[in-house]
Amino acid sequence: MKKLLLAITLCALGATAFAQGKDLKVAIDPTYEPFTYKVDGKPTGFDVDIANALCEQIKRKCVFVEQGWDSMIPGLMARKYDVIISSMSITEDRMKQIDFTDKYYNTPSRVVTKKAFNYTGPASLKGKKIGVLKASTQEKYALGELKTVGVDVVSYEAQDQVYLDIRAGRLDGTVADHVEVTGGFLSKPEGKDFELKGDELFIPKYFGAGAGIGLRKGQDALKNELSAAIKTIRGNGVYKKINDKYFKFDVYGK
Amino acid sequence: MNFAVLFEAQNLALFGTGILTTLTLLFASLVVGAVMALVFALLLTGPWTPLRWLVGAYTYVIRGTPLLIQVYLIYYGLGQLEWIQARWDSVWPWTHFKDPFFCALLAFALNTAGYTAEMLAGAIRETNAGEIEAAQAYGMSRFQVMLRIVLPGALRRTLPAYSNEVVMMLHATSLASAVPSLVDVTAAASSIYSQYYLPFEAYLAAAAIYLVASFCLIGLFKLGERHFLAYLAPRKH
Amino acid sequence: MNAYVSAILQGAVLTVGVSVAALLVSVVLGLLGAGAKLSGRPVWVGLATAYTTVIRGIPDLVLMLLIFYGGTIGLNNALEWMGSEATVDINPFVAGVLTLGFIYGAYMTETFRGAMLSIPKGQAEAAWAFGMGRTQTFIRITAPQMVRYALPGFTNNWLVLIKATALVSLIGLQEMTYAAKQASAATRSPFVFFLFTAGLFLVYTTVSLVALRRLNARFSLGTKRGTL
Repeated sequence: MKKLLLAITLCALGATAFAQGKDLKVAIDPTYEPFTYKVDGKPTGFDVDIANALCEQIKRKCVFVEQGWDSMIPGLMARKYDVIISSMSITEDRMKQIDFTDKYYNTPSRVVTKKAFNYTGPASLKGKKIGVLKASTQEKYALGELKTVGVDVVSYEAQDQVYLDIRAGRLDGTVADHVEVTGGFLSKPEGKDFELKGDELFIPKYFGAGAGIGLRKGQDALKNELSAAIKTIRGNGVYKKINDKYFKFDVYGK
Repeated sequence: MNFAVLFEAQNLALFGTGILTTLTLLFASLVVGAVMALVFALLLTGPWTPLRWLVGAYTYVIRGTPLLIQVYLIYYGLGQLEWIQARWDSVWPWTHFKDPFFCALLAFALNTAGYTAEMLAGAIRETNAGEIEAAQAYGMSRFQVMLRIVLPGALRRTLPAYSNEVVMMLHATSLASAVPSLVDVTAAASSIYSQYYLPFEAYLAAAAIYLVASFCLIGLFKLGERHFLAYLAPRKH
Repeated sequence: MNAYVSAILQGAVLTVGVSVAALLVSVVLGLLGAGAKLSGRPVWVGLATAYTTVIRGIPDLVLMLLIFYGGTIGLNNALEWMGSEATVDINPFVAGVLTLGFIYGAYMTETFRGAMLSIPKGQAEAAWAFGMGRTQTFIRITAPQMVRYALPGFTNNWLVLIKATALVSLIGLQEMTYAAKQASAATRSPFVFFLFTAGLFLVYTTVSLVALRRLNARFSLGTKRGTL
């Protein structure tokens, strides 16, 4: 009976795509310069290049699927794609739902406000509007440490929309990944009045232990394959080449 | 299916905030939109041709473009303009454009004004010619004819179509979730979905809330029709 | 700039695709629903009434999110239960078409029902007297006359459907609105891109209006219009 139902359902679903075979579907959120962004309509960036290098190692073809950040994990669990290679930090909360490979980079987060602003810690931001990316580790930090001292935390669907509103003057600052905010905002003309404030935020409770590749639970074979591939490209210089294309220092971190 | 999560205190509070925001947005935009619609409808059926064209072009654009794009244009688009950025910290009307709630309200109000204006203008045009002639025979001025004869009839005739528009507006407020920091019912459901990964439960709850609200609104309008359009009802004796 | 404009234009093609496909689905559902409501059999009438009432009481966006996120997970769970390793991915295009078609099928049901009720009953009776079956009656007698009555409501629903395709961008389909949003955030100039997209929508609705007006004129040939 079940087999018959299965046969009918599979026939009826002929119009939809099946996720099997040699292609590896990789989810990216291309609004996160310089890790994942678009140039001339094509996805590019550190994450994308690393993904392509890893796919070459494990001999599968990378097919990139765009996805909004706040439904990255639900999309993975709904099997829309196989892995997430989009600067997703490895945190305990996320590990309850999905699995991660070893990290492929680790950079801290920082608070960013106007140069003229005197930042002395979370409490000094009281009453100010800080923008963060929905469902990100920075949002968790902001809700945990900043909202509790009276900061107005506003969540956005994409990090570049945060920059849009900072530029418009609706926000006083943001909490973002150090490298991302430098490449995506501070190095551009609109970011000239802003700078990184305070210390590097490495708090594991919020920020986890670096960015890894997200996969569904129970896929240990793929997980080990990818972790091994990361080790390989670290060792044979491919990682360094990609790293130097975007950054002046080694983002692999501690 | 894990519906129990929805009934935890903080999630109920989230939905509560959502309902409050939705209803506030709905009624505020309807009131502002209705006032604008009345003015626009009078201009659409008035004697001044350039104004007729202007308002006609306005309703054409409003009815020809999606509400989502209108919301984005007002929230993000206007925020980009240097002219507005220079003024919205200090000069009075422009200070409101910083506020997401105001931007959403403006977009919804302009939208409903466009649709309602056309409805009302159509109803005004359908006024029985004999009624207007009789009023003029009585010596009423144009303003008096409008106020005493045309408008009461036109407003009554618009009621069924307007009830549709109000329900459409209720549904349109779900687009407020596209504006950051506005928490309406849809945004509350989305937030629960991304926290607990329960899409069915969260969105079913939102759908149920909207369904109940729609029924209440339709019921209210049926009562209104019974009162205001009583003269159209079938004979009872 | 140019890459973004071409992305939006490519999205425009998708918009047209989604709206036309959804229109076809909604017309089919509308005819089925109207037939069900007019059949007189309580089961069908009840089902069709429940369909139109519930769908018209829930916002398009919520339904879309429900079907897209909930539907995929539900389907995959069902497949797992049946013992298959396959995973199904309802891509946003199919999800958008099915959802929009489903929603506007409810509105089309009401439009077609009103149109069918406007045709004098004597026509159908005469057809049966001639010995025509139900399908023949429908194709030869009911449908051609129904088109004329249904056109205003149909035009209205079509225009609303075109605008509702903008909502499909919120479930990730890379049509015009999605492309415009990405372009505007990346280049920090939302006004230009959203205005451009609004213009494209306006072109689309204008062309539709003109075409449907021509259709209306063609189907109204031979009818007398009362002059006041």
